Amino acid sequence: MTSVAVERQAQPPDAPPKRNYLNAGYTVRSWLFTTDHKRIGLLYLLSITFFFVIGGVAATVVRLDLMTPEGDLVQTETYNKLFTAHGVIMVFFFLVPSIPATLGNFLVPLMVGARDLAFPKINLMSWYVYTCGGLLTLYALAAGGVDTGWTFYAPYSSTYSNTHVMATAVGVFIVGFSSIMTGLNFIVTIHKMRAPGLTWFRLPLFIWSIYATSLIQILGTPVVAIALFLVACERLLGLGIFDPRLGGDPILFQHLFWFYSHPAVYIMILPGMGVVTEIIPCFCRKKIFGYTFIGFSSFAIAVFGFLVWGHHMFVSGQSVYAGMVFSMLSYLVAIPSAVKVFNWTASLYKGSITFETPMLYALGFVGLFTMGGLTGLFVAALGVNVHVHDTYFVIAHFHYIMVGGMVMAYLGGIHFWWPKISGRMYPEAWARFSAILIFVGFNLTFFPQYVLGYLGMPRRYHVYPEEFQVLNVMSSAGASILAVGYLFPLTYLLWSLRYGPYAPPNPWRATGLEWTTASPPPTENFASAPVVTDEPYDYPKFDAEWRDASFSEELAATD
Amino acid sequence: MTNDTFRLLPEQASTHAPQVDMLYFFLLGVATFFTVMIAVLIVFFSIKYRRGAKVDRTVRDEHAHAVEIMWMVGPLVLAMIIFFWGAKLFFDVNRPPAGALEVEVVGKQWMWKFQHPEGRREINELHVPLGQPVRLHMISEDVIHSLFVPAFRVKQDVLPGRYSGTWFEATKTGEYHLFCAEYCGTNHSLMKGRVVVMEPSEYQAWLSGGKPGESPVEAGRRLFEEMRCSTCHRGGSPTSRCPPLEGVYGNPVKLDNGQTVTADEDYLRESILHPAAKVVAGFRPIMPSFEGQLGEEGLMHVIAYIKSLAKEERARTEP
Amino acid sequence: MSEAHSIHGPVAHQFDDLQQQREADELGMWTFLCTEILFFGGVFLAYTLYRLRDEAGFADASGTMNLWLGAVNTAVLLCSSLTVALAVHAGETSRRTMLVVCLVLTMILGAGFLGIKGYEYYEKYEEHHMPLFGLPFIYEGQASPATAEMFFDLYFVMTGIHAIHMIIGMGVFTLLLVKALRGGLLGDYSTPVHIAGLYWHFVDIVWVFLFPFLYLIGARH
Repeated sequence: MTSVAVERQAQPPDAPPKRNYLNAGYTVRSWLFTTDHKRIGLLYLLSITFFFVIGGVAATVVRLDLMTPEGDLVQTETYNKLFTAHGVIMVFFFLVPSIPATLGNFLVPLMVGARDLAFPKINLMSWYVYTCGGLLTLYALAAGGVDTGWTFYAPYSSTYSNTHVMATAVGVFIVGFSSIMTGLNFIVTIHKMRAPGLTWFRLPLFIWSIYATSLIQILGTPVVAIALFLVACERLLGLGIFDPRLGGDPILFQHLFWFYSHPAVYIMILPGMGVVTEIIPCFCRKKIFGYTFIGFSSFAIAVFGFLVWGHHMFVSGQSVYAGMVFSMLSYLVAIPSAVKVFNWTASLYKGSITFETPMLYALGFVGLFTMGGLTGLFVAALGVNVHVHDTYFVIAHFHYIMVGGMVMAYLGGIHFWWPKISGRMYPEAWARFSAILIFVGFNLTFFPQYVLGYLGMPRRYHVYPEEFQVLNVMSSAGASILAVGYLFPLTYLLWSLRYGPYAPPNPWRATGLEWTTASPPPTENFASAPVVTDEPYDYPKFDAEWRDASFSEELAATD
Repeated sequence: MTNDTFRLLPEQASTHAPQVDMLYFFLLGVATFFTVMIAVLIVFFSIKYRRGAKVDRTVRDEHAHAVEIMWMVGPLVLAMIIFFWGAKLFFDVNRPPAGALEVEVVGKQWMWKFQHPEGRREINELHVPLGQPVRLHMISEDVIHSLFVPAFRVKQDVLPGRYSGTWFEATKTGEYHLFCAEYCGTNHSLMKGRVVVMEPSEYQAWLSGGKPGESPVEAGRRLFEEMRCSTCHRGGSPTSRCPPLEGVYGNPVKLDNGQTVTADEDYLRESILHPAAKVVAGFRPIMPSFEGQLGEEGLMHVIAYIKSLAKEERARTEP
Repeated sequence: MSEAHSIHGPVAHQFDDLQQQREADELGMWTFLCTEILFFGGVFLAYTLYRLRDEAGFADASGTMNLWLGAVNTAVLLCSSLTVALAVHAGETSRRTMLVVCLVLTMILGAGFLGIKGYEYYEKYEEHHMPLFGLPFIYEGQASPATAEMFFDLYFVMTGIHAIHMIIGMGVFTLLLVKALRGGLLGDYSTPVHIAGLYWHFVDIVWVFLFPFLYLIGARH
């Protein structure tokens, strides 16, 4: 983007930069009281990995239990607590903070050319708030668990369940504030702290998607907060806002819950789309196709995303006409998603494509997101929804988006920016192998669930009719592969921290301000304040300049 | 249940099922087309434009607005077709035909209770006649449940404190799964049963078997007397104390605050439990509440009785 | 929203200049207030829903509210908004005594509001209009007890959340007061007062909606 980037920086250096954010201090204190957005991003990375492992273990036990129709591995109560733990942890403690709080925290200031986020202390506070909410939820799990499902539907959650609903609801309520703080920080930073010359239409599309995500975090999270607050009040104070016996309406809870939790789906997927939009042009050496369309489609998704929550409630007893409106709006939100998929695909056209690990994840993302999105057409069709609602069809649909989409993009992003984050390169062969393993395992796990769902297997079933066993065994087998697949990156990324070769500042020859500084960057991010003069993703120009620079260097060498 | 072999589609056992499946196949076609298209394009571009391949890479235009508009409008048209198709099916499943057989359903943790119009009760099993529309009139005693019969492609949440309903017309005799689809607590996955579709003659035979019970209307009339409702709500002429019940069901009611509501089942239920909430214009709120005295099944019976009064009234006035 | 002002001057390290910092602080608070609107929006939605179901019942239940105390509290809160505005002005024009006085006045008014609110809660408790903690709920008006109970549920939730916001605001003002007493928050350093003021005004505006919704829709007998 700037001419700095054209310096030849592809060769592996012999040593890391003398002064960088990682060696700025080694004490525990220097990490726990840091206000450096890069260190906070790493704190988040550690925390969400921890929660991902817990949520993953819960999912594994659930899948193992479903190998037999009688579900004889764990007891019914335990099973219910396990799928609740899986849902609550994965949604609120992994997916929502995953890309925004780790890659977002790390990259937003670097990408806009700032020294830090606008409010570094609030950023640190958000991590502490996240940790508090997480510890409370872990306490609830350790003390006996909670069995309401991650959706906390009233009146079961507010009146009937005698598990640790209070602690979990308060934990999720608290973690919501960390999400709000992160979103607030990003919005202000992106508005007010862009480098000179970095206009809105020169921003990386990752920033556009993070901005759209932040809008949802700001406007959606408080609504689920108030809904859970009211559930907690019902349990603690005996209020009856959602209790039909006291004149309350349980459907109101569903409206408030989904008013957040549907847009929350876009909190989970928009940043993933942003990551993929960064990766694809880099490994095609080509401008992204339809920059403005991809950028504005992020906003369209964020805005329409707020208007479709009722499509979770077609058979809940809401009015038929409300159902119609929500169904139609749901189809409108499909259009910007389709636009993105077409633009990514078109970006490959006439590119010069290589298949490094991030690119494998990105291409996998496009395929799986397409399947997840297209099955969204099924569940949004009112007549079909009546049949597939609350079945494994829905489970498969949203796992294709959340895991096939978001987790693939997350891993792609982690690999793409790992040299920048850690200053080390990961072992490429291992990484490619595990990317393919994860892709295969994922499909084997979740594709059979589409069939299961249409056959009529309801979700959250511990015991199920025998004829569903074959498909369940297939799914469980896939889950084992997937679980092993996730262990690989965990292992070799840790390994690379010590044994990986040092990373050059710009190993992928990518555009973008974050690649113009050292790997890992210094605490203040840039040696001198960057000024942006180039259009985004101008890979043809970048490559031409790179060739010229190499050529003159060679000339100099022969002299 | 009747067929334990491996299958990819559930049985079609209602008039609704083939219609839903038709849309499903259409969607499957659309999804397959786009998935294959994207997959083929990705693979094709990946091979053709891999680094080092000798191909023409001159790009003319990165901002092909015409292309962008095309791939927005195309899917939009397709999406609207799917929307209207799906909405039509949704209307069908939400509009029971007149003269449907009415079965009362009460869900509770963790069982389904059914009662047929002739009075026969059953638990976790529902016997229905072939080729006759059956309307389920449902309420929950505790948390939210959801009645789901995959072979009929119908599902409807069953709520506490409010009636909901769905309907189907079975087209194939046999036994089919009946599930609770909304998570309702510990034994959610055991809250299931079966629907037995029988030939109408067999169904009649089945109805007359078992313990003969009161029909819901009879039970409602008995409760009406026991609860001393008839002290004020005397049949025939309206009194100064209360509005007449004959002919109230299904008709508009003018309230004392000027609003008009339709006297549906939920209105009748509310008026029995919270009589002061919606008072008919011209009357004072003197009726006591019957909250906690009738139970969900008792309430359904009394309402069935009040509905039967409306039917009698119509039969009396129309000819 | 304000960042600590290091010994190097009023501009924190991540900002280029004072103006950028001020704009960022302000935008941060406005963004936060958008969050707050949606937070209160949830309970306002619940209120609207249940009021539409039984408007007469809500009016009847609202009739039992102590209109005088509500009106006095509204006046108290509006006055505190004025003192906050004066505090902001004092900070910007570097008048320390006036800043301290205005902050103290604001806190006195805020405490007064909470005191009156507490007394109202006590009244409700005495009248058995407090459907919390399984306390007996006795309602003798015309509205059905279920509607009345829902009204008081919402009354306690809405005013309770509002009161929590007031308490947080008072906490912020306490911190500001300590800083002001030490001679801070003047001139270029006055942004925190401005930011806290925005928050306080928002909390006031919420009350301006709560007052008619809870007190003024009442059917007076």
